[in-house]
Amino acid sequence: MTISMSGADWLALFLHYVSLSLLAVGGAITTAPDMHRYLVDNRGWLSDAQFNASIAIAQAAPGPNVLFVALLGWNVGLNAAGLPTALLGMTLAMLGIMLPSTTLTYLAASWGHRNRELRAVRAFKQGMAPIVVALLVATGWILATGTHYDLARWPLWLVTGVTALVVWSTRIHLLWLLGAGAALGWSGLV
Amino acid sequence: MPSLPAASGNPEPATRPMPRSPRDLFFSFTWLALQGFGGVLAVVQRELVEKKRWMTREEFVEDWAVAQIMPGPNVINLSIMIGHRYFGLRGAASALAGMLTLPLLVVLALALVYAQFAGNPQVAGALRGMGAVAAGLIAATGFRLFSALARNALSLPTCIALGALTFVGIALLRWPLVWVLLGLGSAACVLAYRKLGPR
Repeated sequence: MTISMSGADWLALFLHYVSLSLLAVGGAITTAPDMHRYLVDNRGWLSDAQFNASIAIAQAAPGPNVLFVALLGWNVGLNAAGLPTALLGMTLAMLGIMLPSTTLTYLAASWGHRNRELRAVRAFKQGMAPIVVALLVATGWILATGTHYDLARWPLWLVTGVTALVVWSTRIHLLWLLGAGAALGWSGLV
Repeated sequence: MPSLPAASGNPEPATRPMPRSPRDLFFSFTWLALQGFGGVLAVVQRELVEKKRWMTREEFVEDWAVAQIMPGPNVINLSIMIGHRYFGLRGAASALAGMLTLPLLVVLALALVYAQFAGNPQVAGALRGMGAVAAGLIAATGFRLFSALARNALSLPTCIALGALTFVGIALLRWPLVWVLLGLGSAACVLAYRKLGPR
C-alpha cells in the first residue's frame, strides 16, 4: 500500500508513541491494541496484515519484544516513500516509545540507589519480591496455555513442563533447549 | 548525599565478579539479547546471576521489581537498572544500547525474508515449539528465584501466600496486571514496611 506523510503526520506518529510510553506498564505489547487502533483503523498508515506481521516477526526474533514498535515505524515509512522514510519512521517510533519510560526508569534507579537505606525503599523492594517472582511463573503459565485451555495442545504443555524442570534442576545452556523445541516443532511432533 | 557505607549486615566480598567496563556491559547485553528467543529475562537471570555472578538472586529480584513496576518494556528497564548499578549513566546507556542495536538489525533482516517463510508449516511448527520452551524458561526463572525470598523481611508463609494469590489472579483468573500490582503490591509493601520497623 502507498500513503503520503506530511511533517505533521510524522510528528503525530512520534507523539502517539510518546503518549503510549508511560502507559505501557507490563511491557510495550500491552499497548499494541491502541497502536492498532491508531495506525490501522484511524490513520490507515498500515494494513492489518503488515501490523500482524510486524508483531509476529518481532516475537520470532531474538531480543526484546519492544522491537515490534521499530518494525511498525519501519513499515509506515516504507508505505510512505521507501528506505529513507522507513528509517525515519523506525527512529521516530522507537524514540517515542523509549524516551519517556527509559528516562523515568533511569531517574527511579538513581533515586532508589541513593535512598536504598530508606525504610520505604526497602519495604517496596521486599514487599514486591514475592509478587514479581510469582508473576514469572504466572507468565510462563499464560504463555503455555494461551487465551483458552485447548486440550489438543497437551504436547506443547509437556514441552513447557519438561523445560521448566530441566532449567530448574540443571545448568544446561538455554539455547540447547530452544533448539530442541524448534526441532520438535519443525518435525511436527508438537 | 554523601556516599553511604556498604549496606549494613551484607558486606560485599572483595572478589565479587562485576563487568569490567561499559563496553563489557554492551557486549554482554548484546549476547544476552541475541539468545533471547521468546523473552530475554530468563537468559539475563541465567547468565548474570547463575553464571557470571554479577548479582545475587536477591539483588536480581530487587531490580526486577522496579523494572516490572515502571512503565516501558520490562527487560529494557532491567538493563537500565543493572547498567546503572555498575557505571551510572554510562552503564545504563551501554546496557540499553547492547540490548537494542544488534537485535534491531536482526529483526529488520527477518522482516526482509519474512514473506518467503510466513506460510511454511515447518517454520510455523519450529516457532510453536520454541514458544513452548520459552514459556518453560520463564516459569523456571520464577522457581529459581523463590530461594531469594528466604531472607525476605516478610515471613516465608506470607511470601508464599502473596505469591499464590498473584499466580491465581494473573494465571487463572486473568486479572489485569495493573490491578494485581497496585492491589496486592501495595498491601505487600505496607506489610513489609511495618515488618522492617524504624531504625
